[in-house]
Parts: sequence; structure tokens; C-alpha cells
Amino acid sequence: MKRGLAVYAIAVYAFLHLPLLILAIFSFNASKFTLWEGFSLHWYRAALADPELVESALNSLMIAASATALATTIGTLAAYALWKRSSTWLAGSLYLSLVTPEIVTGVSLLAFFQWAFRFLHWKLGMHTVILAHVAFSVAYVVVVVMARLRTFDPALEEAALDLGADEFGAFRRVTLPYLGPAVAAAAMLAFTVSIDDYVITSLVAGIDSQTLPMTIYAMARRGVNPMLNAISTMVAVVLGAMVLISERLRSS
Amino acid sequence: MLMTLAVPSAIVCAYSLLSRGAYGGVERPWTLENFRLLADPMYLRIFFRSLWMAAAAAVLCIGLAFPLALFIARSGRRKNLYLSLVILPFWTSFLIRIYAWMFLLRDTGLINTVLRAAGLIRQPLPLLYNDGAVLLGLVYGFLPFAVLPLYATLERLDPTLLEAAADLGAKPLEALFRVTVPLCAPGIRAAAILIFVPCLGTYLASDLLGGSKTILIGNVIQNQFTAARDWPFGAALSVVLMMIALALMWAARRQGEELV
Repeated sequence: MKRGLAVYAIAVYAFLHLPLLILAIFSFNASKFTLWEGFSLHWYRAALADPELVESALNSLMIAASATALATTIGTLAAYALWKRSSTWLAGSLYLSLVTPEIVTGVSLLAFFQWAFRFLHWKLGMHTVILAHVAFSVAYVVVVVMARLRTFDPALEEAALDLGADEFGAFRRVTLPYLGPAVAAAAMLAFTVSIDDYVITSLVAGIDSQTLPMTIYAMARRGVNPMLNAISTMVAVVLGAMVLISERLRSS
Repeated sequence: MLMTLAVPSAIVCAYSLLSRGAYGGVERPWTLENFRLLADPMYLRIFFRSLWMAAAAAVLCIGLAFPLALFIARSGRRKNLYLSLVILPFWTSFLIRIYAWMFLLRDTGLINTVLRAAGLIRQPLPLLYNDGAVLLGLVYGFLPFAVLPLYATLERLDPTLLEAAADLGAKPLEALFRVTVPLCAPGIRAAAILIFVPCLGTYLASDLLGGSKTILIGNVIQNQFTAARDWPFGAALSVVLMMIALALMWAARRQGEELV
């Protein structure tokens, strides 16, 4: 049975990894077709020279950076609050946001923005995308920071208070440094989910806020294009590296 | 957080009870018309198809993941490495993973090209743009969601239970199905919910791999909020999806399980 399981495991790993590997290999193909005609960096050059792609990639980076900063701050404070005083409502809405289908989150946020526009004279654009990203990535931040807080000894904070620190001082100089790696890991996670998202973004984006996944989606709809293989490979490598760093931080 | 999550949900619930505005958006009067529209056979069919797809994806994922989780749980020091190998592709965006399958499955894709070069087929096989392709995309995308909870329960399983089963005369396979699998029930339930709920609202997989033939509930919602501009009806559909997600979560919590 043991050998059977091992063979089976290899097959499943192949199923998981081969499609992406093949995608990456063909991004170096000189030909436009699915026949190997020799190694070339042509599609990478073409992708980096495409103004629409570059602009949407920059948009994505801007949005992900802002959303990450906000979500990490809010999420860390929310986790801390939940740890101090548990709240069924807060915990419940957290679970809910992690299991709600993306499309529902997306239309809820769209409806919310349209409703809020009655009072604020805004339009859909960068800021709505950033707010939407904050809304769905906060839950991930809370989960990661919460896991670290479970191993935190509250006596440490009490000791700081006894030694004359005020509550904010104790949080900033004792609790926060302890949470450091988890907060960094959470930020990375928020960044990756933000830069990856298509479904929610496409619903709340305006004309000035096309993101990289939106461009990729539009290209994929038009059919297969070797430039897409090159972009996908670059995105996968960058995200993969970020996740590895984040895992390192979390386990340290 | 309540602001960002609860308020939008409440607004969607309210919208689902309003009438459609002339230029999109919503207008009064309040009505239940949107929910009545849901009973239309066409939408019911789409709903059942989505339920069926999500259920099939969950069952396939769990079936495929179980032996793998067993393998990882029994592989001693290498566990973490094997686990990361499961999670690694999961961190590439779903969009890119779907695109990878488009690249393989389309008429001039790698599979058809290789089969044709080998002389096995003359006409390309219609691999893309059907229900099977959507299901494949879902299974590919959500497999890690099955492996992780299953692994977590298998890992905690007391090995002496299996020894006891063997002592009592059970063959390994018998012990697997009569001891290991039943004891994994919590992991199986958690995996089922983690896969079923997002698959029910899936939009990208059916849109890109299913073409125009495979329309699922997620695509209908997206369409109501964009091209069709019938927000109240789209909101009603979202409310139904949310209710299903909530009901499942509530059921899971009653079983006393932590999903996250």
C-alpha cells in the first residue's frame, strides 16, 4: 500500500505542478504557436514594452501597497481587540468574509459604494478598489496575527503596566514587537491576495484603475497569447518569492 | 470591520427587495418580485447546475486529496516539504492557473498538438469550453483546500487505533475504510464546506473554461450587475448564495468545528 500511495502522490503532484511548469516553459518559446521552435526572450520583451500592461501593473502595485498598509493596521488592531475581549459579532463577520463567495463580496461592495456615493460625490476608481481590497484582506490579516497572539503570554503586558508603562506604551513596546513576524507575514499575505484579485476588483474598478489581473483576464478572453505566458511566469515567480519570505517570517 | 463587511451585506439585502431603476441602480417601491423571478425554470436550472458543479468539485477534490493527505501524514520528516508542494501552486493567482489549462486544452493547445503529432487523432478533441473543463478547473484550483483539513485530522489520528484494528484481524484496506475514514469525518466536512461554498459562486472558471455554454450562478450575478444592469435581481441571487453559505457555516459550527 505504501508504494501505491507514493506513486499516487507523484501523480497528484504532477497534476498540480505540470500545467504551470508547461506554461512557464512555453513563455520562452520563439514561436507564436504551441510548437517548440527554440529559446527566446521575445515574449518577455514584448510584455514589458506593452504600455497597457505596464500601466496596469503599476496600478496593481499602487493599490496593493496602499491596501496592504491599511489592512495590516486595521487587521492587527482588530486581532488585538478580539484577543483582549472576544466578540462573537466580530469573529462571526470574519468567518463569513472568509467563506463568502468572491462574487457576492464584490457585488456587496459595489452596491455599498453606489449607496455611499449618494452622500459623497465620488466615482468608482482607485480609491474604491483600495477600499474593497482592504475589506477583503483584513480577515486574512486577523487570522494570521490571531494565531501568533494565542501564543502570547498576557503576563508580559501586565508586567509592562506594573513597571509604569501606559496601555498604549505596553502595546507598542511589548506586544507589537512580539507580533512583528506575524504582522509582516500578514502584510505579505494581504499584498498577495490584493495583487491577485480579479473578481472583486473588476466590479468596483473605474476607468482609471485597470489592474494587472484585469488586463490578463481581457487578454485570456481573447484567446491564448504567448505574451500572457511570459506575464504569468513573472507574476508567479514574484508572488512565489513573496510567499516564501512570508512563510519564513511566520515560522521564525 | 463591521463597516466593511456587514453594511455592504445589509445593502445587498435591501437592494434585493427594491425595483430596478431605469438606468441601472435601484428605485422604490419595495417588492418581492426579484425573488419570484428566481423561480423561473431557466434560473432554477442554472442554480441546480451550480449546486451540482460545486458538489461534484467537492467530492472529486476530497476523493483525490484523501490518499495524498494519507501519504503526507505518513511521511515522517518530509511532511512539511510535501505540504508546501501542495500549497505552492495555490499561491499563483487563480486566473493564471485557469489560463494554464486554457493553454493545454484549447484546439491548438499542447494536448491536442501532441496527440495530433503522434498521429492518434486527426481532428482536435473538443477539450475546452464544456462542463468537464470547468469542473477540471475547479478541482485544480481547490484541491489544496481538501488536502489541508484532511491532513490536519489524519495527522492527529492516534496510530494505536490502527494497530488495534490490525490486532483484531483487520486487513490494511479494511482498517482504512472502517477506522481511518470514519475518524476523518470532521476533516472531510471542513473540506467539503471550504470547497463547496466558493465553487458555488465561481465565476472565473466557468467564464474562461466554460465559454458561453456553461453559465453558472456566479456569471448570472456578475451579468446582472454589469451588462444587464438589473441590480435588484442580481442582489436577490447574491442573497440566496449568502444564505446557503451561512447555513452551511452554521451547520459546521453546530458540529463544533473550526474552519479557519
